[in-house]
Amino acid sequence: MATETIARAHDADARVVRTGVVRRLFRRVEVGAFIGAVVVWVFFALVAPANWLTITGVSRILDSASTLGIMAVAVALLMIGGEFDLSAGVLTGTCGLIAGMLATQLGLSIWPAMAVSLVFALAVGYFNGWMVVNTRLPSFIVTLATFFILRGANVGVTRLVTQRVLVSNIDQVAGFMDARNLFDLEFSLLGAQFRTSTIWWIVIAFIATWVLQRTRYGNWIFAVGGDAVAARNVGVPADRVKIALFMTTSVAAWLVGMMSIVRLRSAVASEGIGQEFVYIIAVVTGGCLLTGGYGSVIGACIGALIFGMARVGIVFAGWDTDWFYSFLGIMLLVAVLVNNYTRRRAEAVGIAAARARTEEEGQ
Amino acid sequence: MSRIGKTMSALIALAVIFSVVGCVSAPAPAEPAVQKPSAPQVVQAKLTFGMAVHANPAEDLFWGVVEKGARDAAATYGITLKSGGSGQPKEQAQLIEDYVAAKVDGIFVSLANPDALKDAVKKATDAGIPVITINSGASVYKQFGALTHVGQTERVAGQGAGEQFNQAGAKKVLCVIHEEANIGLEERCDGLKDSLKGEVVRFNVATTGVKDVKGTTAAIQDKLTADKTIDGILALNPVVGIAARDAVKAAQGSQKVATFDLSTDVLDAIAAGELMFAVDQQQYLQGYLPVVLLYLYKTNLNTVGGGLPVLTGPGIVDKSNAATVKDLAKKGTR
Repeated sequence: MATETIARAHDADARVVRTGVVRRLFRRVEVGAFIGAVVVWVFFALVAPANWLTITGVSRILDSASTLGIMAVAVALLMIGGEFDLSAGVLTGTCGLIAGMLATQLGLSIWPAMAVSLVFALAVGYFNGWMVVNTRLPSFIVTLATFFILRGANVGVTRLVTQRVLVSNIDQVAGFMDARNLFDLEFSLLGAQFRTSTIWWIVIAFIATWVLQRTRYGNWIFAVGGDAVAARNVGVPADRVKIALFMTTSVAAWLVGMMSIVRLRSAVASEGIGQEFVYIIAVVTGGCLLTGGYGSVIGACIGALIFGMARVGIVFAGWDTDWFYSFLGIMLLVAVLVNNYTRRRAEAVGIAAARARTEEEGQ
Repeated sequence: MSRIGKTMSALIALAVIFSVVGCVSAPAPAEPAVQKPSAPQVVQAKLTFGMAVHANPAEDLFWGVVEKGARDAAATYGITLKSGGSGQPKEQAQLIEDYVAAKVDGIFVSLANPDALKDAVKKATDAGIPVITINSGASVYKQFGALTHVGQTERVAGQGAGEQFNQAGAKKVLCVIHEEANIGLEERCDGLKDSLKGEVVRFNVATTGVKDVKGTTAAIQDKLTADKTIDGILALNPVVGIAARDAVKAAQGSQKVATFDLSTDVLDAIAAGELMFAVDQQQYLQGYLPVVLLYLYKTNLNTVGGGLPVLTGPGIVDKSNAATVKDLAKKGTR
């Protein structure tokens, strides 16, 4: 066995040894999510081909996946950086409510209202990050606290201001249509209706992938998530990176909140509650490790896509939506198992190659 | 060994998926039980209708009955029904758009938040799909181009409850909110405020709600202990109604308790004189009638209501009729 490996290692350096396309594919972080996505897609293509295999079907899936996808991108970066944000879901609602109330109650145009809301979101992100790096409390606890504070304030403040749990008539505000065109315009493409939120998602995913894979900053994110102490010791500004990641997540929540109010012309005080887990599910399905230091933005996007496919597919197939969450749970489990399996294999192959190399050098 | 074990477990997981999926798809397509020549239908047609409401019918007692009504009607008329719902307005809007994309033949939708569904409903009507609004939306259904509205406004139902409390001479009524930011519940309390000749105290128990009934009972009991002047309680859900009754017992109070919506427990309690009444909006009809009305419209271009909404309530169930309704509640149709 050992001689065989050495013999093979003689032919070429193990570091540059050529691996098959399939094997290389199977070493990617996203493979579990990718297989899951293909399985789900093929499955619904067989069950409900009439609507599934049309451009409209694609546009419905993207509509369901897009805002979740935007959040998944930010949450993936944060999770790779070793932290959670449980307040991200409810913050989308808070941002929408702030912008909506300022615009409808104070008679502001939609833009300054949105700008104030953005400043608030940045402040929440900074607070989360600052608390985590300074108190050394787990982000799970810190952001859980933020989650509850915002959740209570959403209902409390909204009822104080509007006497209801709803901010309506946002579409009467100056600049509403411009904001709508920017954040959630519907447009025809190939005979189906798409939304600009999908374009936002794609652009954001590209930028995040580039930052993560091609910049020094991306290396810092992996480093602080892998081992913050080691990262700090080699000069990575770990605290700054973490705070920036929390703020990035908050900005994403703000963006999704704005998309929601321009689409729905209103804001409800319960918006976003419970969504934080959906973001985490998408990200983990996509191959990110809960412990940080490992993951991918593309994987998180595929995770969001699976979620969108399940949601739309169950409707197209005419099933009971009762089963949606069970379906989601099974999907999550399968994707994570495949992720786990492929990561171990990739590591094993890497270790075998390294061993072969050292044995070769030893000769 | 471990590799084989893992492969095996992956295979088992896949098998589980497909078996679960199998269970799911089996009961769904409600095979047209019709085709009997004696059936009273005007025309036999293959129709699919979609129901989109502002709560998940699978997780909600009230909306479960609405869904049952819709299913029963669909089975009777040989219609394929797609149903679902979400408390998140965006998801409800997306569900409607999914139905439009799936080219259903008719849609019925609850308009708890009309602003949020405006565009989605317009898409349906633009695509030539007839829309009926149910439950909430009586004031805007015409603007939305809906055929008609089947239901009762929450506010009117709240006012109806207020009248009953007036007759009983209540002066300070607790209105128990069991879900945060639920527009319908707030409107019921607003309606109560409109008609009650006394004070309404809004009491939020959303942190426990129907998920922790013991906690809700304790909260109501504490409230009664803290404020002895409360002489009436209006619960907005049958489970909370029973919790309120237990709280009154535990606090050894004499407050008059009433609730929204029915359950067998509630009917027993009414018969025993522990609950004063239940506001019944006959939500079974809010599922059943839209299917019938859409069917008649699609096959015979009939419209019902003459430009006015079709009201399903508020009906009041009290000691006089509780026993007769009870058998029906057991079947899940009341």
